[in-house]
Amino acid sequence: MTGTEKISIEKIWSILKNVCDPEVPVLTIIDLGIVRNVRVEDNKVEITITPTYSGCPAMDVISMNIRMALLQEGITDISIKQNLSPAWTTDWMTEEGKQKLKAYGIAPPQYKQAVCEPEAFAKEEAIQCPLCNSYNTRLVSQFGSTACKALYQCNDCKEPFDYFKCH
Amino acid sequence: MKENLINYTIHLADNALIMGQRLSEWCGHGPILEQDIALSNIALDYVGQARNLYQYAAELMGGDVTEDSLAYFRNDRDYKNNLLVELPNGDWAQTVLKEFLFSAYQFYLYQQLTQSKDERIAAIAEKSLKEVTYHLKWSSEWVIRLGDGTEESKSRMEKAIDEIWMFTGELFEASEYEKELIDLNSIKDKWNEKIAAVFNEATLNVPENKTWHQTGGKKGVHTEHLGYILAEMQVLPRTYPDATW
Repeated sequence: MTGTEKISIEKIWSILKNVCDPEVPVLTIIDLGIVRNVRVEDNKVEITITPTYSGCPAMDVISMNIRMALLQEGITDISIKQNLSPAWTTDWMTEEGKQKLKAYGIAPPQYKQAVCEPEAFAKEEAIQCPLCNSYNTRLVSQFGSTACKALYQCNDCKEPFDYFKCH
Repeated sequence: MKENLINYTIHLADNALIMGQRLSEWCGHGPILEQDIALSNIALDYVGQARNLYQYAAELMGGDVTEDSLAYFRNDRDYKNNLLVELPNGDWAQTVLKEFLFSAYQFYLYQQLTQSKDERIAAIAEKSLKEVTYHLKWSSEWVIRLGDGTEESKSRMEKAIDEIWMFTGELFEASEYEKELIDLNSIKDKWNEKIAAVFNEATLNVPENKTWHQTGGKKGVHTEHLGYILAEMQVLPRTYPDATW
């Protein structure tokens, strides 16, 4: 970008739309809802992101990827902040993101009512199999291949699948 | 005032870190793959919480202090974690019981801390509470499954209670730096209720109130187990202080 051109906030958002999550690469960081704010002042860009889980090991890589994407567009004055509150929730995932997850073979998160409660053996959520669409599925484990997923299996088509659990 | 906040933040961080470090010993050794993955996930949540807390403590302390210097370059006497979290994993019954007792404590603790006057502590608590909810559910189910399971699993749970219970009293005994920052009595009541409800469903007896309790961890007086944890966790950065990833 030329020295005199002003950086617009829209431009930054459109660049961020191309930054993917390193662990679920089918989703962009916008789909995930982890970009909380973008500020531009005198061509200084400040981006606020929030982690999905406290221990999410992808946060450092995401910060680096944001920086790389902006640098490629000639934007050099970048600061990336992390904010914990309000805490990230799967409600912030875009509809488009949920569709992409399903097409990728990961069951997308349900709506808010299904957030985890501490009571033991509470009734399980009915999660739709991303392969055959059956609701006749069972929880294998509340913890899966990454912090944000649970393990399920479809009782009809037998497909084992990941569920992006409510949070 | 500020010193209390620093000490308290480090106490919370030490609890999370040592809990996470201990649980990560199960990685690759779980009884079945799904439960191995569950414990690794829980351990990762703890390490994440510890990082958020150490980063805050380091900012409060200023100077050269970093999250890494707090985790890797303090000795056992500087650690302020509860004795409960440094106990060995033992068998599966001891591991799930310890996880249950601790996550029930953390659940009500973080609930209260979301209302903290300190915004940063409140934010970390809000974030962590969502994770701890999963830990509490998972561990409650295992306590019930084993307690109300076979003769063998029940006797293992009873043995685990015998061995671990005396380390729970310390959770609610306020240290100097906690007094102005947290009301441990109200947490204790909710914790007792939760333990009683789950033990009841698990057909396990809650030990009598009068039991003697071991304390000291919050003041830096630890069991012999902590030194070994730190030795393993700190050996690399202490041997090669300039090493980077």
